[in-house]
Parts: sequence; C-alpha cells; structure tokens
Amino acid sequence: MEALLALASGVLYAAGIYLMLRRRLAQLIIGLGLLSNGTNLLIVTAGGLTRARPPVVPEGAATLVQPYADPVPQALVLTAIVIGFGLTAFSLVLAHRVHTTAGTDDIDDVGRER
Amino acid sequence: MLVLPILVPLTAAAVLMLAPKRAAPQRWISLAGSVLLLASAVLVFLRVNEAGVQVLQISRWPAPFGITLVADLLAAVLVVAVGVVGTAISVVAFSGVDPRREAFGYHSLLQILLMGVGGAFLTGDFFNLYVWFEVMLVASFVLMALNRTRAQMDAAFKYVTINLIASSIFLTALGLLYGATGTLNMAELARVWPTISTSGVDTVLAVLFLIAFSIKAGLFPLFFWLPASYHTPPAAIGAAFAGLLTKVGVYALIRVFTLLFHSASPALFALLLAMSAATMVIGLVASLNERDFRRVLSFNLVGHIGYITASLSLFTPAALAAAIFYVLHHIVVITNLYLVSGVLLRLRRTTDMAGLGGMYRDQPLFSALAMVPIFSLAGVPPLSGFLGKLAILEGAFAAKAYWTGGLVLMVGLLTLLSMGRTWAASFWGPGAEARDLAAPGTPYLVAIAALSLVTMAMTIGAGPLFELTSRAAQQLLQRDEYVRAVLEGTR
Repeated sequence: MEALLALASGVLYAAGIYLMLRRRLAQLIIGLGLLSNGTNLLIVTAGGLTRARPPVVPEGAATLVQPYADPVPQALVLTAIVIGFGLTAFSLVLAHRVHTTAGTDDIDDVGRER
Repeated sequence: MLVLPILVPLTAAAVLMLAPKRAAPQRWISLAGSVLLLASAVLVFLRVNEAGVQVLQISRWPAPFGITLVADLLAAVLVVAVGVVGTAISVVAFSGVDPRREAFGYHSLLQILLMGVGGAFLTGDFFNLYVWFEVMLVASFVLMALNRTRAQMDAAFKYVTINLIASSIFLTALGLLYGATGTLNMAELARVWPTISTSGVDTVLAVLFLIAFSIKAGLFPLFFWLPASYHTPPAAIGAAFAGLLTKVGVYALIRVFTLLFHSASPALFALLLAMSAATMVIGLVASLNERDFRRVLSFNLVGHIGYITASLSLFTPAALAAAIFYVLHHIVVITNLYLVSGVLLRLRRTTDMAGLGGMYRDQPLFSALAMVPIFSLAGVPPLSGFLGKLAILEGAFAAKAYWTGGLVLMVGLLTLLSMGRTWAASFWGPGAEARDLAAPGTPYLVAIAALSLVTMAMTIGAGPLFELTSRAAQQLLQRDEYVRAVLEGTR
C-alpha cells in the first residue's frame, strides 16, 4: 500500500510540474492543484498507514494499544487541503482577472503590451 | 502576552472589515492597529530581553503536542521591526490610497499581512510556520492582485505561482520530516534531529528546506520572481513586501540552520555560501543595468539578502550577530526607500530615471530625508549600512573566510556605485523638463523622516544594538535555552 501511494504521489508531482511548464493559465492552475494533492498524499503516506485502527482507547484499557493510526498527519493534511483549496480558488479568480485584463490565456503574452 | 502581536492585527483587521468603508475611519483604525502592534511588540521584546526566552503553550497543551508560541531575542526584535514597518505604512495611507483598493479592504489586508509575518516569527512549530506563511501570502496575493494594468497582472501571477510552488516544497519537507521524526515542534526537533542524521533523510530535508526558504527569501537561482513583481504594486505595498516578506524567508533559514542543521555536512553551508555569493554579485550587477528607480531597489533588495545569508553560512557568533544586525538595518532602510519611490511616483508619475532628476533643486527637504536611506544602503560611513557591512566583513575575516570577505567588499563597492548612480540620476541630475505634478504629501514625509530617524538611531546606538544582536546570536547558537524553555514550558 505504501509503495502504491508513494507511486501515486510521485505521478501527481510529475504531472503537476509538467502542467506548470505549459503556457496556458488553466493548465498552470491544474498543475498547481495536482502538486498540492501530491503533497497531501505524501504527508499521509509518510505519516504511516494503519488500516482500520482508529486512535481510540479500547474499553477496559487505560492507554492506546499499538498499532493505531496516527491522527496528527490526518490533522495536518486536513489543514493543508483547506489551504490548498482556498489558494486554488484564489488563483482561478486571478486567472479570470488576468484573462479579462489581458485578453489572452498565454502566460508569455500577458505582460506584453500590444 | 506573547499572543498580542498576533491578536492586535487580527482584531484590527476584523474591526476594519466591519467599519464603514470610508477613507477616514479605515485609515485611523489601521494606524491605531499598527501603533498597538508596535507597542505590544516592544512589550514582548522588553520581557524577552529581561527574562530570557518566552513561551506560550496555547490552551496549556504541553509542548510537543499543542500549538507553541516562542519568542527568543531574534524573534522579538523582528516583531518590533514588523511594528515599525506597519506603522510607517499605515501613516503613508493618509496621503491617499487608490479608492478602489481602499473599498476592497486594503487596510484589513495590510493588518492580516502584519499578523502573518508576526505569527511566522513567533511560532515554535514548523506546521504553524507553514500556516503563517500562507496567511501572509494570501494577504499579499490579494494586495498585489488588486491591480489593473497588464504588467501588474503579469507580475501578480508570477508572484502567486512561484510562492505556491515554494509552499508545496515546504509542505513536502514537512510531510517527510513528520514521517522521519514524528514531530514538527521546533524545540523537540532540535532534540531528535541528531537521531535521523545517520539515515540520509536529513540531507534530503535540508535541501528541501533550503529550496523552499530560498525562494521566499529571494536567493540565487530562485530570485527571479522578485524583481519581476515587486516594482508593480503601489509603493506602500511594495514597501511592506520588500521590508518584511523576504525577511521571513531569511528568518526561517536562520532558524532551521541554527536549530537543526548546525552539525550538518559542510557541503550544506558551502551550498548556502555559494548561493549567497551568486545572489550578491548578480543582484548588484543587475541593479547597475536598470534605469527604473524601483527596479534598482528590487535588485538591491535581492543582493543584500545575499549578504545576510552569506554571513549566516559562516556560522560563527560574530558573523551571525552581524547578519541579524544587517537584517534589522535592511528592513528599515529598504522599506524607507520604497516609500521614497512612492514620493517620486507622486511627484513625477514615473520612477524611470529618465523622468526624474532635479529633485534636489525642487524638493530640498524630501531629498535631504531620502539621503539617509540611500546612503545607508550604499554603505557610506557612518550610517548603519556601513556598520552592518563592516561587521559582516569582520565576521568573515575572523572566520578566515577571506574570499567571502573580499566578495563582500567588492559587492559593497557595487552597491555604492548602484545607489550613487541612482542618487545622481534621480536627485542631483539636471532633471527632465517635467515639473512636479503634486506635492510630496506630508504623511509620506513624516513616515520617511521617522524611518530615517530609526536608521540614525541604529547608527548612533550601534554599540548597544550590536551587543543585543550578539546576545541573540549566542541564544541561537546555544539552543539549550530555547529548547528547555519550550519543552519544560513554565507557563
């Protein structure tokens, strides 16, 4: 499972970077989204994968029993997802503004005055 | 008390969003927020200066588990600098802000920016550092993107993209760091870092951190976004960005190097030194090629970040103390110079040197005030820039880093050339036919005069200030006090 998720995360990074090297605004933003999702997947994977063992103290026991899923990476990734969502939404609006101001979605043309 | 420099701008931002969207109330509330921020920062500083590292565990969750705020001398003195810059920017707003910007929440965004920077300096947890980075960036994105022209949109998009990439790299490093150590608390990490130094993970992490923070700080080869974007927003916003945002990257570099990478392989320090050297040389040489006042400043900003990180890479107490002194000097001076560019924009509607000149003849008072930051940045004795460079030079020679010292001297000469040329072209030169279109505006002059006074104070009080930065450097290099204060959390 770790290997699969690590691979998936790597593919997301690669696809994200590939898309960011394109000149279209939309592709750039999709690339940023993929990159942030690749990061999220990496945080979960690096934090350790434990299936079906919530970090809850079982009845009768005084402490947690190993193995249990570490809640911290999940909390981190939740925060990162929310931040990533907000930033993607912002860059979409910004791209829309760029498009209405410059009339082009080619990044190289945006700064060039006609 | 430690939470005040975060709480004050947050409250100010909330009040500003609810307050009437007319100019007068917005400006006064913003100014009140900034002044209170400065006051609370001074309080925190005095406390830290007197009683050592201050720690606040939010909701009394003990250290490696909860949210930790820490103020050592470096963080405290930088928060004071945030207050100074914030106050100056709030004062400048009185001479007029684009009404559209003001209606869209210019002042509350500025307060959120100050909160993000203050939070980044005060946090004791790497994940919170990431969150504060994002707070600060989102505020800066919106401030930057409230623009109209194509050049400004282009700059805003570049700025947003590169910063999102840097954040992704930082977050990747955090994910791997948590996987390797099981904690993101800075003090706890300082303790457990040696245990992972055999696995090779530390090298990967160090390089990821170095790349992420170098993008934020603007180090070669990752600085090209900065001169491409900082000259486009209005001068006051540019001043806040130039003064504070890159310094957060520098602060993060100082923090990770002193806390985690102190015994990393010398190759890491050599890499940082090489990047700094290239930043200095390329930044200053490029500034000589520019004909626009604000672009000259952008390249000077980049180049001088190189000074700070070069001094950090030497990693001796004297060099680190010099680096901290230079950070403080640079925050005040570069903010001031961007404000000077704002006055030039008001007077002549351009910052291209072809349209400037004759300033000394037409605006003697403004020119006299502008002389202080220009020649301080240039490193003319006895101003603070000269003292900072001298300290870095002494630090380099004492560390037997003669090449670095030589480079610092050469780049100092280039800075003198760059700023001297700017002074000659913009102020002394015969001047274009263009006459001044407006008055410089009293609020601008007040802010510039105040920042110039701070520079003068840093020059006159250089002795005590050096003593302070030396203690800050000691505290950073000793680590024990910081780690103990956090993990034994007295409060």
